[in-house]
Amino acid sequence: MTAKAKKNDGILCMPIMDDMTIYNAQSLKETLLGYCHAGTQELQLDLSAVTEIDSAGLQLLLLLKAEAQKRGFTLRLLRHSEAVIEVFELLKLGTYFGDPIVFPANWKKS
Amino acid sequence: MSDINPALETFAQEVDELLAAMEEALLGLEGTPDDVDCINSIFRAMHTIKGSSGLFGFDDVVAFTHEAETVLDRVRNGERAIDAELISVLLACKDHTAQIIQHFLFNEDESLPESLQQQSQALIAQLTGQSTAAGGMPSTQQEKADHFEVDDNTTDSSDNWVISLVFKQNALRNGMDPLSFIRYLQTLGKIIEVIITMPTLPRIEDMDPEDCYLNFKIAFNSSADKKTIEDVFEFAEDDCDIYILPPNSRQEHYLQLLADLPEDQVKRLGEMLVEIGALTEKEVAHMLHEQHDDDNTETKPLGEMLVDKNILQQPVIEQALKKQEAVKQKINKESNYIRVDAAKLGYLINLVGELVISGAAMRLMVDKHGLSDVDDVASTMSGLVEDIRDTALQLRMVQIGETFMRFQRVVHDVSKELGKQIQLQITGGESELDKTVVEKINDPLTHLVRNSLDHGIETPAERMRAGKPEKGAIQLNAYHDSGRIVIQISDDGKGLDSEKIVAKAVAKGLIKPDQVLSKSEIYNLIFEPGLSTKEEASNLSGRGVGMDVVKRNIEALRGSVSVDSELGQGTTVTIHLPLTLAIIDGFMVEAQKERYIIPLSMVEECVEMSSDAWQIDEVQHYVNLRGQILPYLRLGDFFHKNKKHTHTQRESLVVVRFGEAKAGFVVDELHGENQTVIKPLGKLFENLNGIGGATVLGSGDVALILDVQGLIQHAKKRVNPTLALSSSV
Repeated sequence: MTAKAKKNDGILCMPIMDDMTIYNAQSLKETLLGYCHAGTQELQLDLSAVTEIDSAGLQLLLLLKAEAQKRGFTLRLLRHSEAVIEVFELLKLGTYFGDPIVFPANWKKS
Repeated sequence: MSDINPALETFAQEVDELLAAMEEALLGLEGTPDDVDCINSIFRAMHTIKGSSGLFGFDDVVAFTHEAETVLDRVRNGERAIDAELISVLLACKDHTAQIIQHFLFNEDESLPESLQQQSQALIAQLTGQSTAAGGMPSTQQEKADHFEVDDNTTDSSDNWVISLVFKQNALRNGMDPLSFIRYLQTLGKIIEVIITMPTLPRIEDMDPEDCYLNFKIAFNSSADKKTIEDVFEFAEDDCDIYILPPNSRQEHYLQLLADLPEDQVKRLGEMLVEIGALTEKEVAHMLHEQHDDDNTETKPLGEMLVDKNILQQPVIEQALKKQEAVKQKINKESNYIRVDAAKLGYLINLVGELVISGAAMRLMVDKHGLSDVDDVASTMSGLVEDIRDTALQLRMVQIGETFMRFQRVVHDVSKELGKQIQLQITGGESELDKTVVEKINDPLTHLVRNSLDHGIETPAERMRAGKPEKGAIQLNAYHDSGRIVIQISDDGKGLDSEKIVAKAVAKGLIKPDQVLSKSEIYNLIFEPGLSTKEEASNLSGRGVGMDVVKRNIEALRGSVSVDSELGQGTTVTIHLPLTLAIIDGFMVEAQKERYIIPLSMVEECVEMSSDAWQIDEVQHYVNLRGQILPYLRLGDFFHKNKKHTHTQRESLVVVRFGEAKAGFVVDELHGENQTVIKPLGKLFENLNGIGGATVLGSGDVALILDVQGLIQHAKKRVNPTLALSSSV
C-alpha cells in the first residue's frame, strides 16, 4: 500500500500509493504513525497517486499536521493529486498546510 | 545569481512565469472584465506564489500576496467587481511582488527595506480600499478561527451564512462523508471560508481513524433560504449537530419581516421565527426537545438558547420578543366584544341546524340523480356548511375559567364559616364549552364544591393529627377528552368511608346486606337519593338531598358523573359533559331497518362481526376482540324486543368508548359520518332507555341518537348480573 520510504538525513519522503478513505484509514494511520518518530525532521508525503480522499483521509492529514507541529518536524505535502486539490480547494486548506500546490496544466476547475 | 540554490532557482522561474501569466490576464481583463479564466489565472498566480514563498520562509511576500489573494477571491466569488482601477492596482501589485521576491532571492536573510515595506502597505491599502479585511496571514487554524469570528461580528462586509457542523463520533462509520455535504452545499452558493476544528482529538496513538473528530464552521454566501440550506444536511441529521446562523443582511431582512407580521394574533416566539423563515421547524422542535430534556437545571427561554447555540443573532430575537409583546398589548387594547342577545345566537344556531339538514337533503338528491357536475358544487357547499356550523357553535363557547373563579369566593367564605383553612387551585380554566352547558353546570358544581368543603376537608386540628398540612386544598380541573369536557373536583380531605356508605345504604334499603359491590359501585351509591353519611346536617349540606340532584342535572345535559376516593387521602368527583348541546358529528348505523346515530367522538372502531375472526359468546353476549373482552349489544334486538331477528346478512361491530368503559354495538349496516342536529325528544319520551335524542335526516326520516353511556351500562349488566343495581335505579 505505501511504498518504502526513502530516508535521507532525517527527511522521509514517502509516496502514498493508495486512496485515503475510510476503507483503509486504519492501516494508513498505522503507517503514518510509524513515520512520526524522534529521528524524523521532515516528512514529505507524495500525494500524486491519491485518486480518492474522503473525510477520514483528510482527518488523518490534519492530524498528522498537528502532530508534526507538536513534535517539531516539518510536514510537506508534495504533488497533490487532483482529488486532493479538489478537497483542499473546497475547504480552503491550501493556506493551512502551506505547501505549494501545483495546478496541472489541464486543471479544469472554474 | 551564482550562489542561489537549485530549489530557489526553480522558485524564481516559477514566479516569473506566473507573474507573466498574471500580467497577460490582467491586460486581457481590461477588454473583457468578466472573463472567468483570466480571473482564475490571476488568482492562481497569487495563490501559488504565496504558497511557495511560505515554503522558503519569505514571510513578507506571503503577507503581501495573501492580501492580493483575498481580494481576488472576492472577485472570483462575484463579491467585488473588477474595474480599471482594480486592474491597475493589481498590475502594480504584480510588479511589486516581482520586486520583493527579487530582493529575497539575493538577500535571503535580510528583511525588507523600508521603501519596499511602505510600498507594500500602500498597495494593500489600495487593494482593500473599501473593505476592512484584517491583515496578516493566519498561520494556524486557531488564529484563523479568531479572525473569522471577528470578521463575522464586526464588519458588514461579510454577508455570509455561518454553518456549524458538529459531527458525532460514529458519523464516518455510519457512512457519512462530511465532505460530500460540503460539496453539495456548493451548488447553493459560494463557500467563502471553512474552519476545521478537532476539539476532541486524542493523541495520535489513541486516535481511531474511523471515528469522526471533524467539526466544520463554514462561511457560506448564498441567496438560498434557511430551510433550503438545512435540507442539504437532511441525511446527516442523526450524526451531526447542525447550526445555521443567518448572515447579517438576512438579519435586516428578518427584522423587516418581523415588523410586517400581522398583529392580529399572539404567537409563540418559535412560531413567529418560523414564519419569517429565520428558524426552521426542525430547529424549533430540536430546541424544545433540548429545553425539555434539560429539566434538572433551570430551563432557559427559547430565545436565549437560540443565541447561545449560534442559530440566530441577538437583535432578531429581541425584535421578535418586542413584536410579541406589542401584539399582546394591542390585542388586549382591542379586545372589544360585541354583546349579543343569547336568544339571537340561539336562533342562529337553529338556522345552522336547519341548514345542515337541508344540506344533507341536497346531497341525497345529487346522489340519487347522479348529477356529477353538481357534485363538486355540493361538496364545496357542505364544506362551507361544516365551517359555518363550527364557527356558529364556537360563538357560544366560553371558557370555564370564569365559572371556576367564582368558587374562590365561595371557598373563602365557607372555610371561614367552618373554621377551616382551605385553598382552591384552578387548572384548565381555558377549556371551552357551550355557554348553555356552563350555565347549567354551575349549580351541580357549587353543590360538589360545598360538599368537599363541608364533608371532605377536615378541621385544621384533625388534619394535623392525620399528619397532613394544616391547609386543605380543593382542586378544580377541566380538560377536553374525545369531544367531551371533563371537569374534576378533588380534595385532599378524609375521603369516603365505604363501610359507612354500605351501612347507610342497607338501612335505607338501597342494597341487600349480602350484596357484593366493587369499590366504585359503593362510592357511586352516594348519588342515590336519601343517602348522607353526615351524622348531623349543617346548613350547607348533609341532608341527603343533593347528590342525586347533581347526578340528575348532569345527566340531563347528556353527561355523567362518577366519584373516586381513598380513605384519608381525599375524594375526586369527575364529570363528563358534551361540549355542545346542539349539533354533533355523528356516525350513522342501521339495524332492523332503523337508523341510529352514535356520537362520532365515542366510536373507537368498526369491525366485522364474524365468529371466524373473533371469539363470540352468544349466550353471555361478549366478544373477544384481539384479547380484549367486550360486552356487546344487538341494537336490533334491544330496540325491537318483540320482533324475531334473523341473522341473514353480514353484521358489523361498532366499538364505542365512554370514559374508561367500552362496549360493542352489533348493527346490520354502517352508513358513515353524518352531521347531526340534535332535536330533543318530547316530554313523553324523555325517559326512554338508551336514547338521548333524535335528528332529522336529509331524506326527512328520523334517526335516533343513542345514549351510549346508558347502553354500555346495559350491555355490561347483561354480562355480569351482579352489576344489575347500577342501571336498575
